[in-house]
Amino acid sequence: MVHYLLLIISAVLVNNILLSRFLGVCPFLGVSRKIDTALGMGMAVVFVMTVSGGLTWAISYYILIPLKIDYLQTIAFILVIAALVQLVEMVIQKTSPVLYQALGIFLPLITTNCAVLGVAILNIQLEYSFLEALIFSLGSSVGFGLALVLFAGIRERIALSPVPKPFQGMAIALITAGLLSMSFFGFMGLVK
Amino acid sequence: MKIVQEFTKGFWKENPTFRLVLGMCPTLAVTTEAINGIGMGLATTFVLVCSNLLVSILRKFIPDKVRIACYVVIIAGFVIIVELTMQAYFYSLYKSLGLFIPLIVVNCIILGRAEAFASKNPVAESLADCLGMGLGFTVSITVLAIIREIIGNGTVFGIHVLGSSYLPFLLMIVPPGAFITLGFLLGFMNMAQKQGK
Repeated sequence: MVHYLLLIISAVLVNNILLSRFLGVCPFLGVSRKIDTALGMGMAVVFVMTVSGGLTWAISYYILIPLKIDYLQTIAFILVIAALVQLVEMVIQKTSPVLYQALGIFLPLITTNCAVLGVAILNIQLEYSFLEALIFSLGSSVGFGLALVLFAGIRERIALSPVPKPFQGMAIALITAGLLSMSFFGFMGLVK
Repeated sequence: MKIVQEFTKGFWKENPTFRLVLGMCPTLAVTTEAINGIGMGLATTFVLVCSNLLVSILRKFIPDKVRIACYVVIIAGFVIIVELTMQAYFYSLYKSLGLFIPLIVVNCIILGRAEAFASKNPVAESLADCLGMGLGFTVSITVLAIIREIIGNGTVFGIHVLGSSYLPFLLMIVPPGAFITLGFLLGFMNMAQKQGK
């Protein structure tokens, strides 16, 4: 039990997927202008990443490795993720219009979110068991959402501050992300 | 003439890293050493050129509705080629780039160029466009990596340049340094461009 708890803490805070592994930086910079959109994107990522983490683990261990075609991992995973995202989009659209309104526009963006593919590959590389893979996926995606929402909050304040002209926009956003990443550095040593 | 223009725009006017701010994940993650920057840049350029060449050749046959899926499959195919080649011939580079080689698939520069340029333009122009973009990307991340390596470790390509009395500034090598360095570079580029006008 403690092992799983540590795994979650490590994925959310210590090895935050965004700020220390640099996965999913494009959506991080793209949809972090407002807290609302950041929250929507965060929730969509949590959902897709957890499901795809479990699914790609099963595909890898039950199809790719027994058939000895694990060199096709990259292409298999990206196709599974793309199909999954499409499926999720259709299911949500039919069953819950409210949820679709909240998450709909973010779903297509997730296919090219390298965090989703990255976590799927990491699950295999780190040789996690199925349960560990699920927990790691969940923890990583929650960490992604957390960093995204925090960053969106900071950016809303920056929009109102007098930033030197050449640094407006992306430049100051990146420097802010650096400071945020530094604060997450403080969690280092929390989990061995 | 037009082809030359398509080629050169990737270096400054539409530089993927500093102007379009695309493909940030590898840019930030692998630029701790200059050699990683070059390796990553060239691997991405290879995938970019090959896949966009194919997209451009096939642009009249790929149905509009499933085009993104087709592009992704084409790109993933070339990424696997790169992955296996690097594993066989450049093992130490393969080890240090690690996860980011398979992740070339989801590099937004590649899909972005396929969607925005190669799917609409003839083969020669597409080739010039992605060659320029790819080399522009390579140069940008190598510059970033050289800056981080000099300040963070006192070396360039593993060779000491700042003398043995130089105390490495570790912040540049760890993750926060990547964000901060790139942020300042972007700011200075904006400043330089304004002065040029």
